[in-house]
Amino acid sequence: MNPVTKRPESLVDIPTHYCPGCGHSVVHRLIAETMDELDIRKRTICIAPVGCAVFADKYFNCDAIQGAHGRGPAIATGLKRSRPDTIVFSYQGDGDLASIGMAEIVHAAARGENITVIFINNTIYGMTGGQMAPTTLVGQVATTAPKGRNEKLQGNPINVSEMLSQLKSAKYIERVSVDTPQNVMKAKKAIKKAFQNQIDGVGFSFIEVLSICPTNWGVEPLKALEFLRTKMMTQYPLGVFKDEGKKEEGK
Amino acid sequence: MAEKELKKGNEALAEGAIRAGCRFFAGYPITPQNEVPEYMSWRQEEVGGAFVQAESEIAAINMIYGAAATGVRAMTSSSSPGVSLKQEGISYMAGADLPCLIVNMMRGGPGLGNIAGAQGDYMQATRGGGNGDYRLIVLAPNSVEELGNFPKLAFELSEKYRVPAMILADGILGQMMEGMSYNFEPVDPKTLPAKPWALGINDGTRAKNMISSYGLAEGELEKMILKRAERYALIERDEVRFEERFTEDAEVVIVAYGISARASMAAVNALRKEGIKVGLLRPITLWPFPTKKIAQLADKCKAMLCAEMSLGQMITDVKLAVNGKIPVHLYAKPGAFFPIAEDIETAVKSILTGKKDFLFNLSDLAEKADNTCHKPENKICKEGTLL
Ligand SMILES: Cc1ncc(C[n+]2csc(CCOP(=O)(O)OP(=O)(O)O)c2C)c(N)n1
Ligand code: SF4
Ligand SMILES: [Mg+2]
Repeated sequence: MNPVTKRPESLVDIPTHYCPGCGHSVVHRLIAETMDELDIRKRTICIAPVGCAVFADKYFNCDAIQGAHGRGPAIATGLKRSRPDTIVFSYQGDGDLASIGMAEIVHAAARGENITVIFINNTIYGMTGGQMAPTTLVGQVATTAPKGRNEKLQGNPINVSEMLSQLKSAKYIERVSVDTPQNVMKAKKAIKKAFQNQIDGVGFSFIEVLSICPTNWGVEPLKALEFLRTKMMTQYPLGVFKDEGKKEEGK
Repeated sequence: MAEKELKKGNEALAEGAIRAGCRFFAGYPITPQNEVPEYMSWRQEEVGGAFVQAESEIAAINMIYGAAATGVRAMTSSSSPGVSLKQEGISYMAGADLPCLIVNMMRGGPGLGNIAGAQGDYMQATRGGGNGDYRLIVLAPNSVEELGNFPKLAFELSEKYRVPAMILADGILGQMMEGMSYNFEPVDPKTLPAKPWALGINDGTRAKNMISSYGLAEGELEKMILKRAERYALIERDEVRFEERFTEDAEVVIVAYGISARASMAAVNALRKEGIKVGLLRPITLWPFPTKKIAQLADKCKAMLCAEMSLGQMITDVKLAVNGKIPVHLYAKPGAFFPIAEDIETAVKSILTGKKDFLFNLSDLAEKADNTCHKPENKICKEGTLL
């Protein structure tokens, strides 16, 4: 019998530390499947962020480097320019990418680095215990915004995908979600394309994944999914913001 | 010996790095080292390397982190304020045991300071500088020739011990022109020994490689640090470099590095002509520091004089080495002022005669401050004289 699903070869067979229901696990699997399907595991280098995904360097079955908070895109630049024959991806959370690492992501995109960035937007600082992130929704409670994010005091969330799509050298930008099986499949397709682009030398490819953090949102996973669908998707609409890569065959 | 050519310090350094096999450079503009990235921008392309003008010094050092992880000889250069920003990445590289070359063409500080040469970053360079328990191999050239030849030495030491290396020079050295020659043939990076730990393509003959600075499991980090400390111990034992001049019969030994050592040497020559027994000990490696050598000299001479373009930083290491055996004096030129040979001569004579001319003492400043405007209750302070 052929198993319907098996563990991707690109995931090391060890338990992860992610909380039940966490979006990180799902996205890890999608990336690993992509690496298997594109047969790039042996030449892929993963950059693990500072955040809940810090151990991504242990989880992906490929060469890996763990970098300083927010600096993934700069590290990716050094890796890719030194070894253009490798496939380099930077995996980052929203605190990592949209706050402390905002300069690095913007300039890597502006330079048109031929890299793949996977951006996990869970509207919160997960690892440090639920502080407000640049992506936290107005009204959303965080440990450093106990009354909810106040537009007057803390401004409005940053929509990174929309922002980056203004940059000419960014080639492919899509926002996806992993809340339903259909959306997971769409997310997989987007992630795969973001890696294929790098293989084809298209240039900077960026996938924002809306993800849940039941632990720090303080709700059950099901409630968390509801929050994602009703609240997050309003602030962060799904879709392709830019696609200047190779067109798919037959289209 | 190769014929000498006239070169500017920063360019001699950049070309020296290329010759040493550096094939990745990232940097951000800052005076007085701008010639380094400018030179690299076209030269790396010529030799098939990569050059990136980074968006900040933070990005530049993290690009070096990525590049060095692939095993390439990678370098960044900056000057004091920029090197402060690099500390995060330097700490990560030290923690991840990655070899690389960082150049600091020191300028006046703290803060924006000025753009002239200074030696105010000695502590930052030799104590680690960023967070955590680590060291850098720190080389201090004192000529354009050494600026050109030290990148190779820096890469070799850095790779041998997997400890990041720094060339700590200053704006004067970077900007001045001098005759120089390279004492080595250009290195072809392809001929360098493979680095089995490097990230890249895994043909299946090895396990996956991982580069990181963390060790979160109980006791893991301690183990990592102690393992690294073994290499630090070897470096301290085997890699100390210094230059010694007229120390054999010296009553006063001047200790100075970099451009200060040039002024000090001029003072030594002038004093020797007057029959005054003075010598120079020039640390070439600031870490590892020539502690043993200085301790030996302290058994023979009457006093030491540190000449520094700072409030006195290296003197801490000299005093530790001397361990109270003899007095250690300071001639200080902070604020990016070039040390003056004649003043160093006077300082040496002061030591021998027991006067205080040109000797620097922080406690003297306290006395002076008491008599001027720094005491709030001191009424002689006129408005506008408070800084
Ligand atoms: C320079 C620095 N600042 C702060 C931290 C502490 N820190 C660790 S993880 C983290 C937040 C990560 O949040 P995010 O990027 O959203 O990732 P998540 O955990 O939500 O996946 C912070 C601030 C650090 N490690 N380094
Ligand atoms: S804290 Fe949140 S982001 Fe982190 S593993 Fe748990 S659910 Fe995921
Ligand atoms: Mg987050």
